[in-house]
This record gives sequence, structure tokens and C-alpha cells, in this order.
Amino acid sequence: MSSELREPDGDDRNAESQRDEQDEPSGHPVLELDGVTKRYGNATVIDDLSVSVREGELLTLLGPSGCGKTTTLRLIAGLERPSGGEIRLNGRAVSGETFEPPEVRDVGVVFQEFALFPHLTARENIAFGLDEMDETARTDRVDELLELVGLVDHGEKQPGELSGGQQQRVALARSLAPEPHLLLLDEPFSNLDVDLRVEMREEVRSILKEAGVTAISVTHDQEEAMSISDRVAVMYEGQLEQVGTPEAVFQQPRSRFVASFLGHASFLSGRVEGDVVATGIGDIPTTSIDGLAPEYDGTDIDVMVRPDDVTARRPAPDELANGEVVHRRYLGPTVLYRVRLDSGDVVGCMHNHAEEVPLDEPVTVSLAAEHDLAWFPRGSHNRPRRADD
Amino acid sequence: MATTDLAAVLERDEDGALPVGLTLLAGAIAAAVLSPLVWVVANALEADGAVSLLTAPTTVEVFINSSVLVAGVTLGSLVVGVPTAFLTVRTDLPFKRGFSVLLAMPLVIPSYIGAFAFVSAFGPRGTVQGVLEPYGIESLPSIYGLLGTVLVLTLYTYPYVFLTTRAALKSMDTTLVDAARTLGHGRREAFRRVTAPQIRPAVAAGALLVALYTLSDFGTPSIMRYNVFTSVIYSVYGDVLGGGRDLAAMLSLQLVVVTTIILAIESRVRGSGVTAESPNTRTTLIRLGRWRWVAVAACLVVVVAALVVPLTVLTSWLAQAGQPTTGRLAFELSYVTNSVAVATAAALVSALAALPLAYFAARHNSRLASLFERASYVGYAVPGVVMGLALVYFGSTYGGWLYRNGLILLPLLVFAYVVRFLPQAVGSARTSVQQVSGRLPEAARTLGRTPTGAFRDVTLPLVAPGIAAGAALVFLTTMKELPATLMLRPAGFSTLVTRVWTAYGSGYVGQAALPAFVLLLVSGLSMLLILRMEGYDVE
Repeated sequence: MSSELREPDGDDRNAESQRDEQDEPSGHPVLELDGVTKRYGNATVIDDLSVSVREGELLTLLGPSGCGKTTTLRLIAGLERPSGGEIRLNGRAVSGETFEPPEVRDVGVVFQEFALFPHLTARENIAFGLDEMDETARTDRVDELLELVGLVDHGEKQPGELSGGQQQRVALARSLAPEPHLLLLDEPFSNLDVDLRVEMREEVRSILKEAGVTAISVTHDQEEAMSISDRVAVMYEGQLEQVGTPEAVFQQPRSRFVASFLGHASFLSGRVEGDVVATGIGDIPTTSIDGLAPEYDGTDIDVMVRPDDVTARRPAPDELANGEVVHRRYLGPTVLYRVRLDSGDVVGCMHNHAEEVPLDEPVTVSLAAEHDLAWFPRGSHNRPRRADD
Repeated sequence: MATTDLAAVLERDEDGALPVGLTLLAGAIAAAVLSPLVWVVANALEADGAVSLLTAPTTVEVFINSSVLVAGVTLGSLVVGVPTAFLTVRTDLPFKRGFSVLLAMPLVIPSYIGAFAFVSAFGPRGTVQGVLEPYGIESLPSIYGLLGTVLVLTLYTYPYVFLTTRAALKSMDTTLVDAARTLGHGRREAFRRVTAPQIRPAVAAGALLVALYTLSDFGTPSIMRYNVFTSVIYSVYGDVLGGGRDLAAMLSLQLVVVTTIILAIESRVRGSGVTAESPNTRTTLIRLGRWRWVAVAACLVVVVAALVVPLTVLTSWLAQAGQPTTGRLAFELSYVTNSVAVATAAALVSALAALPLAYFAARHNSRLASLFERASYVGYAVPGVVMGLALVYFGSTYGGWLYRNGLILLPLLVFAYVVRFLPQAVGSARTSVQQVSGRLPEAARTLGRTPTGAFRDVTLPLVAPGIAAGAALVFLTTMKELPATLMLRPAGFSTLVTRVWTAYGSGYVGQAALPAFVLLLVSGLSMLLILRMEGYDVE
């Protein structure tokens, strides 16, 4: 069963809104974007974007560079004004008819390059947003945050004396200090070394969860998005392609863009014939295709397979080959093969490095997936709504 | 408070659109800075018989004299500057570090003080002739005129070429020379085909700075009695009845045009050189062998002529000043306080004017912003004597009662300094604003600061050192400015510079010594500041 079918309640809502809101944690929306649009001159950077974030969740905006995700963050923070639509924080409109400047929004931001004030110490940086507190309360709060991010001994250092990971933690502590309603993180790990990045990912998630803050982060790194987020929102060319849990977005991509952006998907062209789909690797039962409605019988569809869903091997004596290996990339623990099927499709297959398949030899590709496969009607960018939507 | 109002105007730009307040402010400053140019042109247009003046024998002579002087000094600077730069960077010249410092030092001596010293030493009845007289030498070859002027100006301007050439040689990737050597080229050949093309833009930039300085220098040609634009403009401008005013106006316009042309070429050449990203500067030094002492001697000759001669002369003046003198010419503290007062005013006004221009140019990538910033560079194109003349005309035409009573002269003088030296303040301020990431004030905004608060607590503390350095530079340069000070000072208002000028002019050289030494000190400080800002190192 797919995770979407596990949706517990919400069955009384209309199908339209249910789609985007399934898998959402309960709680009231902290942030709502409603048809937000941003244009610079003639270029539309954000196009009619609507999404909401619930209290306590961590949503990640994921997309290739230039898809408008950082601009979205800046619109939420009030560092840019939208050209259309409305932004609401806790139900209060902050951008749209009216415009609230960033200083009154109560939204914290961790900038990509951290933006620590170089003329202030770590403590002074963290205390920067606390000037309405009295002296002792401020000192206590700063101590508390240094403790939270594990920098108790580094409070008196200047940003230049701190390592990348430490600067990251000071930036996080500084933005958390005034207890914002919402925290925004712009590519928070891109300025760190690869080794540190994985470590800080775990750490930042646990700090955010401990602080109980609602947060939106932005990244182009799908692995990062999958590993830290409660929900992922995939963006492409200023539009929202799909919002859902990491599992849902990965396993049931709603558009070809989401499918190919997450995990190198290839497509098998097929034709629905009764209770099977005829493809270049043989017939696939329709029960293995996720939510294929009866009205698609007799039509052409594309079935999505990821490299770990299919295997290629030398044909057994009584078997016919259905393709040939055209490319082989050795990745260490695994080997990625590209196989051109006799039907004309090219699929990627991931194998354990021990399973050698020779280049330019006929092979038999077969399905190895134990989960239902996603599919798209031929020529359509998006998946159709499912019968149970 | 002025700064907070300014800040509110400066920071209001969430939209990325040009903020109206800042645009207007920067535009007003740019317009004010450009206004002296308007007077220069207006005066020239008003001149009687402009066309006939343009072709009059004096005008032609002045133009030819100026061209010859510029050509001579530029050539001289190349001859002195390039080889000395090469010797101190690429060879095993003995005392290299010492020479690197000493050969740059002449920049510290204002050329008019150098000229005074040379005239005093080598002029008729000068020190040298006095020493030689017992041996029957009645006169020396004349120090006055073209040759003397070229000599003195070369000695005090070649460091521009020396410094730019050194910088290029040091930033050049020396593996290129190694590559040429492995491809079958000798040292000479490698220099001609690899090194020379690489350092050519830097050498040209230095040479153009020399040409600009020479063209706008007033003191040296005046003292050395050589008729060029600046000295003629100064000597005829007061002669209203004899048509001097018209001649001065015409010559001013011509001078500005010629300066602007050189400036335009310079800005093209600057930055056109190729510098290696991370140059491989590990070099094998060229061994001079037995030529090394010849090289040392050559460098020593330059150092002696440019530094030892004027310092010796000044010291001997100081000895004369030790004799009791009468009150009027005695060294008075008021000269120092006057100098400091006008220089402080010029520095503060420059800093205030530079901040909006620099902020606008650094933060807004718009045509208008860069246009306003360019306007501030008019100071480089208007020599001090032209600036003085333009403002004298402005004051006498529109100043009315204020001008007749001398009340408007000090503000005009400070304005002249500001326009002349604003480029230094803008350059320094712009660099420091660019170094502050735009994310920093944004971070302050998200932490609850208003635009004003973010400017006050984040941007201002971070750009303050750069602004201060620019202001200090303006202060020090103003202290030694000569022509505009001479033309615009109110009656009875004397500074260190005017003191040196009048003391020498009236023959009491002893009285010029102390103020001259103070000026050398000031000049030395400004040089240290510039070199530190540009990261000059003597290695």
C-alpha cells in the first residue's frame, strides 16, 4: 500500500485541497502563501505559488538553482515585496495589500553565507536581536543558546576566529534567540565542507526540533532535503511541482520533473492491455502500477523505473535478450549500467559491483521492484488525479 | 541627528528600485562637484575674442611648452622608474629592501619644495655656486627653464612609474619567463617577448599619472620660471585691465580639455593588464655580477638627487632660521592651526559627501549610480589653479557683499579642496562599502532593526574605518595643496603652504624651513597611509 492511502482522516474535505495537505502534521498554519507571484521586469521568478506550513514542522523547498526558492524565502522574510498574491503569518496578512517590513515580522533567517556581524563577538551576535530584554535576561538567553548549539566556550570569539561549522551554529543561535514564529534557512549547509555537511544536517535538525520551531529551509541537494525535512516542496521554474513527505515525493512523483530530479528515473514506454502493461521488459501486471485507473485501458503510458528497480543480466538459456548494455559507470560499491532496450527505451540499472555484466552484449532486463511503480500518461507532464483522490 | 536621517534615506530599498532620497542626495552632490567645470566653460565663452585668443602667440607658446614639458617628464620618469623597478624586484641588487623604500620616497616631497631646494642650491648665487666661487666659477648652467623643470618634476614623479611597474612585476607569474626560457629564449629575448607585454599596461598607467601630475602642477614651473598652462594662468589672472582674465579663462578651458583626454586614456589603460589569479612568485633572481655596483651607483644617484639634496638644503635653511629674526616672518602657530582647520573641514565634508556617492554606486548597479560616482572624479581633471580661478570668478560674480568682505572665501577654499580630493574619499569609501555584504543589514532587519537601526548598528561601524582612512587622506593632501590655497585664501589668512611660498618669494628662506619640514612630515604620513591601503610591500 502506498503511503498516500494511509491518509487517516480529512476524507470530508474536497479532493482538490486534500492532495496538497495530506501527510501534513496537524496544527494551525504558521505561514500561508496564497498565489504569490514575483516579477523582475519581464521575468517571472515566482508564479502563483501557494503553500502552507504548520506549526512545528520543517518544510524544505527543493529545486535546481534559479527555480525561485531563495526568492520565495526572501519574500517570506519581507526582504522583497511580492508582485502579486498574499503572504499570511499566523493568519495575519504581511505582504499583499499591506506590507510589513522584516523587523516586525518575527521571522528569523539563517543566511547562506551566515551573515555574522564581523565587528561583534559570537555572544554579541546572538544578543543582537534581544535588545528589548534587560541585561540579565539577555545574558541568560545567550547562555541558553550557546548551550543549545554547543558553543559555551566560544562566546567571546569574533566570527573570523570560528570554523565554518561553528559560524553556522552561531548563525542558528542568533536567529533562534528572539524566539521567532518561523525560521528560514537559505541553503544552510552549502558553505560547509562535504564531511561537515552531513554531520551538521543531523545536528541542525535536532536543534530545531529541540527548540520546537517551525522552519523552512531551501536547498538544491535532494539528499539533504530528504534527510532533514518533515515535508518537501519541489519547485521548478517558479512553480510548485509537488508537496509531501519525503517518501511520498520520492515514490509517487506527480510530475516527470519531480521524478527525474529525485533519483535518476528512466521511463519505460508501455501500453495498457487489460490487466497488464506491455513494455520493453515484458508485461507488468496493472496491480503493480500505482493507481492505474480502468479508463486508461488501451492507452499509452510511461512507467517510471529507478536504477534500483530493474536489473540486467545475461539471458538464461531459455530466455530472450531484450536489450544491450551501452554504458557502464563504475561507482565503487555499485555499478550503474545504461541499457538500450530493443523497444528503443534507455533505462538505468544499478548493480552490486560483484555482478559483472559485459559491455555491448545482449542482456535481459527485468523488474526487481517490490513497490508499486509510478506512471505518466504519454505526452503529459503531470500524473492524473487518482481515483481515490 | 543628521546620520540617522541620512541612514533612513539610504536604506529604503526593499524593492530593488532606486531609493528616491538617496538618488536625489547623490545627484545633488554630483551636481555641486561638477559646478566648477561650468564656471570654467562659462568664463571661456565670455572671454572677448575667444577665437583670436585661442590662436594668439602666447596661447600657442604655452601649449607647446606644456606639451614639451609633459613629454620630457614622462620620458624621464620612464627612464628612471622602469629600470629601478626591475632592479629592485628581479635582480640580486644589494640593499634591495632599502632601495625599494628610498626610491618610492620622493613622492613624499611636494614638488614645489623640491623646486625651491634645487633653485636654492643650483641657482645663480646659490649654495653650490657659492662653494665653487673661490675656484673661479662665476656661474652654473641655468637651473631655470625647461631643463630644470623637467629635472625636478622627473625626480618627484618617477615613483608613480616605479610603483606601478613594481606591482606588475611582482604580480606577474614568473613561470611564464621560465616557460619562455625552456622554449629556447635567452633572458633578453624572454624579457622582450614575455615580460614586457605583461607589464606594459602598468607602465603606461604610471606614465599617464606622471603626465597628469606634470600638466596640473603649478608650483614647480612657476618657481623654475617656465611658461606652461598653470604658471601662466596664475600670473595673468589678476590682470583684469590687460585682458589677463580672458586669457586665463581660455587657458583654463584648454588645460581641462587636455587633462580630461589624458584621464580618459588613463582610465582605459588601468585594469587592462593581465594579472595571474594566484601568481607563482617564486623567482630565480637575475645575478648582476660585476654590474651590481654600477646598479647600486645608479640607484644612489637618484636617491641623492631626489632626497639628499632637498633635505640638505632645508636643513641649511633651518640653520639660517636659527638667527634672530623680526616678528612678522617668525614661525607662528597660527599657520599650523589655519592649515589644520581648513584641512579638517575639507576632510569632514569630503567624508560626508563621499558616503552617499560610494554607497549608491556600490549598492545599486545602475547607470545613474555610476554616473554620479564618475562625476566625483572631476577633481582629477580640474587642476588646482583652474579650480581656484573658477571659484574666484564665481565668488566675484555672485558673492556680492560676502565676497567683498572676504567672508565667502574660506567656504570656497574648503569647497575647492573637497572637489579636488573627493575622488580619494569616494574610492576608499566605495571599497569599504563593497566589502560589507548586503546580507548583513538584511540579517539585522530580520533581527528586529529598522532600516535606520541596521545602518547605525551594522553598516556604519563596518564602513567607518574606510571612510576615516579616506578622510585622513583628504586631510593630508589638503595640507600641502598650493595653488587653490594661494588664490582663494582671505587676506591675512596664512597656512604652512602659503608661508613657504611667501617666505621663499621674499628671500627669507630661513623662514620657509620649519613649515617645509612640517609639510614633509604630513606628506610622509599620507604616503604611508596610501601605501598601506594599497598593500605595498618592500620585499
